Amino acid sequence: MPSNFHLDAVPIRLQACGKSWEGGGRALEPLDLAIRGGETIVFLGPSGCGKTTTLRIIAGLESPDPGGRVFFGEEDVTELPIERRNVGMVFQSYALFPNMTVIENVAYGLKVRGVPRVERAARAEEMLEMVKLGEFAGRRIDQLSGGQRQRVALARALVVRPRVLLLDEPLTALDAKLRDGLRLEIDRLLRQLGITAVYVTHDQGEAMALGDRIVVMAEGRIAQVGTPREIYYRPANAFVAEFVGTMNRLSGEARNGRMRLGPGFGVALASLPWSGPDGAQEFLVRPEDIDLAEEGGHFDARVAASVFLGDRTRLVVETEGGQPLTVDAPGRADFARGQSVALRLDPNRLLTLPA
Amino acid sequence: MSLRDASSLLPPLRRGGRGRVRSGGRDLPLLAGMIAPAAAVFGAFFLLPLARLFAIGGGGAEGWAAYATILTDAGHRDGLIATVLLSAAVTAATLAASTVAGLFLVRHRFPGHALLVAMLTFPLAFPGVVVGFMVIMLAGRQGLLGTITQALFGGKLVFAYSMAGLFLGYLYFSIPRVILTVMAAAEKLDPRLEEAARSLGATRAQLVAHVILPALKPALLSAGALCFATAMGAFGTAFTLATRINVLPMIIYTEFTLQANLATAAALSLVLGLVTWAVLAAARSFAGSSVAAAG
Amino acid sequence: MRRRGLSFWAQLAFTLLLCAFLVTPIILSMLAGVTANYFVGLKSGLTLRWVEEVWRLYADTIFLSLRIAFACLGCTLLLGVPAAYALARRQGPAARLAEELLMMPVAVPGLATALALIVTYGGVGDLRSSWLFILIGHVLFTLPFMVRSVLAVMTSVDLRTLEEAAASLGAGFARRFFGVVLPNCASGILAGSLMVLTLSVGEFNLTWLLHTPMTKTLPVGLADSYASLRIEVGSAYTLVFFLMIVPSLILLQALARRARSNP
Repeated sequence: MPSNFHLDAVPIRLQACGKSWEGGGRALEPLDLAIRGGETIVFLGPSGCGKTTTLRIIAGLESPDPGGRVFFGEEDVTELPIERRNVGMVFQSYALFPNMTVIENVAYGLKVRGVPRVERAARAEEMLEMVKLGEFAGRRIDQLSGGQRQRVALARALVVRPRVLLLDEPLTALDAKLRDGLRLEIDRLLRQLGITAVYVTHDQGEAMALGDRIVVMAEGRIAQVGTPREIYYRPANAFVAEFVGTMNRLSGEARNGRMRLGPGFGVALASLPWSGPDGAQEFLVRPEDIDLAEEGGHFDARVAASVFLGDRTRLVVETEGGQPLTVDAPGRADFARGQSVALRLDPNRLLTLPA
Repeated sequence: MSLRDASSLLPPLRRGGRGRVRSGGRDLPLLAGMIAPAAAVFGAFFLLPLARLFAIGGGGAEGWAAYATILTDAGHRDGLIATVLLSAAVTAATLAASTVAGLFLVRHRFPGHALLVAMLTFPLAFPGVVVGFMVIMLAGRQGLLGTITQALFGGKLVFAYSMAGLFLGYLYFSIPRVILTVMAAAEKLDPRLEEAARSLGATRAQLVAHVILPALKPALLSAGALCFATAMGAFGTAFTLATRINVLPMIIYTEFTLQANLATAAALSLVLGLVTWAVLAAARSFAGSSVAAAG
Repeated sequence: MRRRGLSFWAQLAFTLLLCAFLVTPIILSMLAGVTANYFVGLKSGLTLRWVEEVWRLYADTIFLSLRIAFACLGCTLLLGVPAAYALARRQGPAARLAEELLMMPVAVPGLATALALIVTYGGVGDLRSSWLFILIGHVLFTLPFMVRSVLAVMTSVDLRTLEEAAASLGAGFARRFFGVVLPNCASGILAGSLMVLTLSVGEFNLTWLLHTPMTKTLPVGLADSYASLRIEVGSAYTLVFFLMIVPSLILLQALARRARSNP
């Protein structure tokens, strides 16, 4: 790829963008969001959370309710229909034109812009090379695999040098192996081009791997905006904590620099040092942050179920007081149902939700 | 199975669906037994009579040359040319009008939409005679157009009993089914294709020309072929409008009833059947292959 | 939803024009059927006289058409549904050829089929003067519609899995066919049946050559009245025909809507 191929990094701002359905009911509560130029932002959430609606408002396929505005840089594009916004879109279903060859698909945006034939062909070929499909230029779409089709769709969206690249679940239709490969490829392209990208997915793995920042959405609202690490390790509320990764919720209390876990553990745990906020009633801990202890465990539990996942073994254990916990153990360790295990907590790896 | 599909007279089949059972040979006698009654009736009352008709076509005074009269006899040849031209014109006009209206109805929703669709498809099952009568109502001696032109210009416009009337009648007959086919096909289009084209900057006209029409091509092809074939063989409308219209079905009818020339009638009707069936089969395989190309 | 520009209104106008082209003559003919004197116009008054006259002259054609239509429906159900099942189960070229052949009566003009029937069976016993002769023609012409309607549904539901599930539960062939296959094709059978009834009641191309003075169907009577009686009588007769096919057309459209709303 020629190193001079670099796209403008256009910042995008949504201002009070909400969306009501014609029959009543809100798909999206009015939201404000600033996307930095060149940033890859991922909208993550369960289906119906409003993430696709937000993407379609940015694209210009839906208009926000009155009062909402969309800015590309300093320009207010709210009234511009999609065909004049200069955006690139990639869809879950590829949406390649079946009546055109690979190269015709890629060149289509240039054709409608009136780019002369020779330049059109050169730019489309260059773009196809970039997604490593140079030798497929003359193929028909139905001769390509799913992964190849999505790469053609990427090339088609990027060749017109859009101000923003919008990707709507682009990997969902692919099988797991292809998905990982293409995800890496998309990541590479986005970094290389420096384009602002908005990526919608329900898959948290994709979100973590691709996003500079993640916008977690639920029920038409933004639940949290943050880097992948912030989302994972400092969830802003119970929804994010539950939705992203697996989380154990433990009740207890923290006071005067000490914490203790309560009644679910049978015998209350000897108090541990605590540097977090005073007065916390609930503690969160990830399965990988509970350790199996050879000796000197904080409490004992009984294995209720064990699932071998290859790189690790995921255990569901039950404490003496009846509190269920999900715990990750090394993959090579084998457990029997009913077996007793000793567990340790590191207070530094316990999380609390903001009050 | 929807009317959308059924109504275009022969509903299109989605081939290669999961529903097709690759049956073990065990069921073969059973399945053969299930198709046997239909096959027997079909063989006895269709294939056998057609074969007999074929023999009779060659058994007249002219012998097998009867099959050539469609080209050698000036009257027959003119009739064939007129029928083909009329059918082609009807097909072109029907496709154009139905595509505009069908696309419009699929792409827009407005109050009264369902009623409009119902009205446009109501004449679907009208027999040719009734269609002929509808043309008379519009453009006959006591027709609406005549009355209007009489009031406006003092002269009566009457064209029901001519080739123009027949054209109008076939248009009347074909539009409902082609609209249904267009709508059914347009509803199956992936809306993402349209969004993708627009995101790339395509205007509405470009969208229609580059994306929608190519996607509708298989449906338009088969609907057009059906329209053409129906117009070639239709008899009732011409019969109602006038016996003097020189189209092939009328020629066959006249040969058979008025001149009792069974051999010629047989030969002509077989040629007509062959042409019609060939057009349909060609369009089907053509449409089928472009569907496959569309993946 | 985007604002509606000039192009929207132009297309709407065109569609309405098309609709007017199709609907106006229907309304005119229905009006003419109940107008005392169509030449004078509505001011001559409304009357059922013409409908009564149609009934007096042509009641037997209406009954014959109904009898043929329902007999034709029975035949196409018995012949077509099993045939469709067999075609749905078999994939090979033989099955495709059989399918293609079964569709032929639609492609071959009715005149040719009728001539062929006459030259082959016209001399057999009393068949030529019997209504069964017309029935044969109608069955040939409508059978493809039944087969296609049923076949279309059979290929869209996952018949194979359903049947294998039923078989795994111990259902024999007859149980599977009547308990699983037929109920799951009900919509196709219904659509096909309505289509067969409507087409049979309106069939003219074949019937005109096959009929005798003793076996006149409704469309034959229609052609007769158009050619020789005053326009009011033809219109009243057409009105009767509309009333006969409207129920099945409405049912067909309702069926289509239901199929669209839960595909």
